[in-house]
Amino acid sequence: MAGSPDTHSQRPDTPAAATGASGGPWAIELEKISKSFGPVRANKDIDLNVRRGSIHGIVGENGAGKSTLMSILYGFYTADSGTIKVNGKAHTITDSRHALALGIGMVHQHFMLVDNMTVLDNVVLGAERSALLSRTLDRARAELIKLGKEYSLEVDPDALIENISVGQQQRVEILKALFRGADTLILDEPTGVLTPAEADHLFRVLETLRTEGKTVILITHKLREIMAITDSVSVMRAGEMVKTLPTSETDPEQLAELMVGRRVLLRVEKQPPNVGDVVLEVANLSVTDRQGVARVKNVSLSVRSGEIVGIAGVSGNGQSELLEAISGIIDPSSGTIAIGGVPLDIRGDDGAARARKAGLAHVPEDRHRMGLVTNFEEWENSILGYETYPAYGKGMMLDIAAARAEAQKRIEMFDIRPADIGLQTANFSGGNQQKIVLAREMDRDLKVLIVGQPTRGVDIGAIEFIHKQIIAMRDAGKAVLLVSVELDEIRSLSDRILVMFDGEIVGEADPETASESALGMMMAGIGQTETAQ
Amino acid sequence: MSARHPLPRWMDIVLLPAINLIMAFTISGLVVLMIGESPLEAISIILYGAFGYGDGFGYTLYYATNFVFTGLAFAIAAHAGLFNIGGNGQAYVAGLGVIIVALALDQTHWLLAMPIAIVAAGIFGGAWALIPGYLQAKRGSHVVITTIMFNFIAAALMVYMLNRVLKPASSQAPQSETIDVAGRVPQLREFIPFFGYSPVNLTIVLAIAALVAAYFLIWRTKLGYQLRTLGQNSVASRYAGMSNSKLIMIAMTISGACAGMVAVNEVMGVQNRLVLDFVADAGFVGIAVALIGRNHPIGIGLAAVLFGALYQGGQELQFSMPTVTVEMIEVIQALIILFTGAMEGLFRPALERSYALLSFEQNAEATRRATVEPES
Repeated sequence: MAGSPDTHSQRPDTPAAATGASGGPWAIELEKISKSFGPVRANKDIDLNVRRGSIHGIVGENGAGKSTLMSILYGFYTADSGTIKVNGKAHTITDSRHALALGIGMVHQHFMLVDNMTVLDNVVLGAERSALLSRTLDRARAELIKLGKEYSLEVDPDALIENISVGQQQRVEILKALFRGADTLILDEPTGVLTPAEADHLFRVLETLRTEGKTVILITHKLREIMAITDSVSVMRAGEMVKTLPTSETDPEQLAELMVGRRVLLRVEKQPPNVGDVVLEVANLSVTDRQGVARVKNVSLSVRSGEIVGIAGVSGNGQSELLEAISGIIDPSSGTIAIGGVPLDIRGDDGAARARKAGLAHVPEDRHRMGLVTNFEEWENSILGYETYPAYGKGMMLDIAAARAEAQKRIEMFDIRPADIGLQTANFSGGNQQKIVLAREMDRDLKVLIVGQPTRGVDIGAIEFIHKQIIAMRDAGKAVLLVSVELDEIRSLSDRILVMFDGEIVGEADPETASESALGMMMAGIGQTETAQ
Repeated sequence: MSARHPLPRWMDIVLLPAINLIMAFTISGLVVLMIGESPLEAISIILYGAFGYGDGFGYTLYYATNFVFTGLAFAIAAHAGLFNIGGNGQAYVAGLGVIIVALALDQTHWLLAMPIAIVAAGIFGGAWALIPGYLQAKRGSHVVITTIMFNFIAAALMVYMLNRVLKPASSQAPQSETIDVAGRVPQLREFIPFFGYSPVNLTIVLAIAALVAAYFLIWRTKLGYQLRTLGQNSVASRYAGMSNSKLIMIAMTISGACAGMVAVNEVMGVQNRLVLDFVADAGFVGIAVALIGRNHPIGIGLAAVLFGALYQGGQELQFSMPTVTVEMIEVIQALIILFTGAMEGLFRPALERSYALLSFEQNAEATRRATVEPES
């Protein structure tokens, strides 16, 4: 476990670019790795060398093959061909237990923790060394405390997982890997669920790990993180390794271009807003969930025509419930909603239909769970929520021809690929699925557009398109309410930012002037009354 | 984890069920072999008994009529994500509606009595299914539990009704009065002598109409779209503004009404009176029929004939091969249900793998998928 002290232990703040260039030993060497699923080649002759004691980033769009490659390294899949060398020795990694034995640990994007067990139980789970648990637990507790101190990963060993924050849960995942003796840590999209402050702490932990001689492989789509923390970066595209570069010799624009294969506009271009009257008016809205926990507490907000109001906040602070209440999916416990001055009755389990009739379109946060029926053909999803409208048939009958014709038109308008209205929706990529939802909700006569996490799990190329569409709705005079956990997205799209914490709106900010740290403070619930202007 | 690729439609709905059926018959054949009889002879007796002559074929179609109704009943609920296993009870209670109408109108004409009896069967069967539907929609009681309990309640209720209410005072048997000839549904043999003395009657036309109507309901109406949305993703249907609770109740009512049509066939077309346990196990066979038929009307029609043939051919087999008992026939039926229902996916992975390896066309498709599919 003891890290080999090297020059960096004295100056942990310096990026370790020096080691990256001067050839230290390789921790991981992948040579000509290929993996096919049936005739699909997910990885084609991938070469990847990761230097021991470095942080190595891997970027690429969805479907580029990053996860497949890491799954091969972690033993979930076996490569069809190619060799894997760990610390210079070739191995055939058969399963994740074997990978762990070789010192490779993985922190998954979605945590693999048992919610109603303690931190200690979770760390030990699967690594019990004797039939009687108590001895293992005692040893694990000591180890956990030691590791926690060493890497500033302190967590209360006896806390239940369900009672600790997402950031702490991630620490438990990292501790699990370290407890099992991992020298190389693979982190898959680790900052997706963290506040900026938690992400900063994670980066400090990663730097400590590097200092202690551990190797970190960081999979992410946030180029800013790559620039901030990694020593070298590999770009994958369509199953191939496009390029590996020292981070100091590249920039986000170049990486984005390598990922997508063409030049990408990273900044959103928009004109100053042309704001009109208040269209959406939410007053004193509260939502209580089934367990009786208040999720949204007395929220009032208004959105005027021609503006985008962004709601920033760490995931799970009531944004989802706020969106679902406004769009009529869940019943608020109190409060009123009005569109264009007309009060909206959204109670009852068909409230969403009434909200739609009043001109409110809703792009939900989770397209798989809510926005789409993934087993339906594309055209069927293109009428979801609007199926009773006369445009899709008079009376009881569904005018399939009309629905299909409209879906065909939208597929061209929104450049949905493949352009096949008969294809099962599950077979579209995340970005194209999101476009199906956007096309359905935007391509009609609406007053208010509510958008949740518009670019979650969406490729960079599609992000650019989706952002342009949202701006276009604003410029067409619609009132847009946007919720996103991506602070960058909120900042670049919104005309006004509201920050939500623990079910309340804790502040308002101007995206032009507000600093990221000020927003971060509000998102973490510090300085609740402060206005970041 | 996307090593699997979907099979083309024809493989999914034709080849796979065919393989499953062949497996079921092969193992059934081994069972017949074990008791010392010839499987080939047994199958030829079953086929001849079910299709070989007018009477036999008539019986096959008579059984199939019932199975179409119960199969559709299960399938319609299944499309809405509901597991209605109360088809038996719903059909049984529908018998009450049919007998009331039939006895009241049996002096008029069947052309008047039958449509009204159909409506009555629909109302009684639908209402019997609506109660579990209401409990599911408003109280969250699972329909699997409630519908099976309602089967027992229906059985008890009907015993009471037959013994205390419908039984003529002069009779000892727990059955209603006999419907007058004018009020009975005509037998097919009256038009086509080929069917001999078999009980297949004009209700079979109703069964065919029900198949067509179910297709339109599920795939061509707005209600069908909503039911399928609910069945596939109840969060999405709520998001879309559909009233899930209303849809659950509607689906159960239609499902129960469909099962109720069994009573028209049995009470007005075959028994000519309401008798104890006239549904036999048609409700449960309907579940197997719907599973084999992939909840599609065409599949249900074919599967209903298959099970009708098994019922009828099985009876013949008992006569011709004394060593083959009723239990043996049930074993064969159970094997078919096992392979086509419970173990439906047994051969799917193998089929998918071999298909992926063999097909050139799939290569092009897969390459396209590779470029659009998100990584898991």
